[in-house]
Amino acid sequence: MIPFDFDYYKPESMDEAFKCYQDLLINNKKPLYYGGGTEIISMARVKGIEFDSVIDLKGIPECSQLEVSGGKFRIGAVQTLTNIAECNAYPLLSKTIKRIADHTIQGKITIGGNLAGTIKYREAALPLMISDCSLQVMTQGGLAELPFSKAFNGKLQLKKGEFLVSVLIEENDLSLPYNHVKRTKQEKIDYPLITMVALKNKKAIKTAITGYGDNPIILSDRIINHKLYNVEQKINKIINLAHSNCKGDLSGSREYKEFVLESMLQEMFNNFEKIS
Amino acid sequence: MHLSGNSIIVLNVNGEDKTVMVKPAYTLLHVLREELSLTGAKSGCENGDCGACTVLVDDMPVKSCLMLAVEAVGHRITTVEGLKNAPIQDAFIKNWGFQCGYCTSGFLMVCHALAMHKPDADDPIIEEWLQSNLCRCTGYEEIENAVKSILSGNYK
Repeated sequence: MIPFDFDYYKPESMDEAFKCYQDLLINNKKPLYYGGGTEIISMARVKGIEFDSVIDLKGIPECSQLEVSGGKFRIGAVQTLTNIAECNAYPLLSKTIKRIADHTIQGKITIGGNLAGTIKYREAALPLMISDCSLQVMTQGGLAELPFSKAFNGKLQLKKGEFLVSVLIEENDLSLPYNHVKRTKQEKIDYPLITMVALKNKKAIKTAITGYGDNPIILSDRIINHKLYNVEQKINKIINLAHSNCKGDLSGSREYKEFVLESMLQEMFNNFEKIS
Repeated sequence: MHLSGNSIIVLNVNGEDKTVMVKPAYTLLHVLREELSLTGAKSGCENGDCGACTVLVDDMPVKSCLMLAVEAVGHRITTVEGLKNAPIQDAFIKNWGFQCGYCTSGFLMVCHALAMHKPDADDPIIEEWLQSNLCRCTGYEEIENAVKSILSGNYK
């Protein structure tokens, strides 16, 4: 049980939600935007988070869209991982999010919550980092569309009061050849030791990982696609370049993570070689 | 909607509309057990890991410890008390699918939902759905046998 009280708001429009947040701030309240709520509830239960009001975004239509239209796959921020996976418009994203938590919880976790949450792994971000993706964000000036790379730098870069409305992915990227691997310490259902995703278009392979350090990162495109290096050289250079990002933790030591990343990269290159 | 302090809400539970007084901070698990005396859903980890609190919301499994009761307004909630001699209950008895019984209500809800949504589920899908729940007694084989006995797939 959550050991403290808070107020609950459920607005029906983006403007109403934004105004609600601002009004609460003016009245010296500590509001939080609320999507699936799994992280908020579990952290609140142990007093790991402080707030006195929540603004549930699930009543806002723009935050609930799930369709391919106008050349983009449009995912509302409060869409659950289950719904996104079952839609399967972006198979790499489906495969990635089906390894987040467990099947039942995937019906509660939202893509917005996974991106905006405090848990560092943010696995749902990986396929978005390596595709042509933008975010719609509700701001002081209204709805804004930002390139994903600008709005997400390891974590969501939003100002106080702003909230994620939807994720937009270019339709051309949805069916590209992909690679997804998640290694955990022991159990299948667990936070990642390392999760790696990769997309291959006509020009290049793009790769992103999480679990290696503090936040998800993109591995060097320049090295991965370098025409003069062989695979072994590419892997060595990537490991060296990413060395400063690598942090040991309870899942694995720094040395073990580098060892695992080596094998994951080899597997990725092998898989893409087979389909080229 | 704005709720603050003690508030009256209506929840549809097992086909009936129930009027309850809740605070926004109350989880669905707490309201089911403490306000509606539906103690079938169990409090285990209260962290979304064990699945002992699993109920169905709009026929999909939900860990009720990680859902606010106010979120459930306007949705159909089904607890184990609402199964009313579903095939999975008989299957658990026939296949010895429980020992202490603490995880059983959660497993029954997940298995019931699986049979409803994926009646042709194969081993990977069964594993995917049931990995959401933990049992410390049985070793899972009996639970697996129980759920397979009500699915229409071909199993070795």
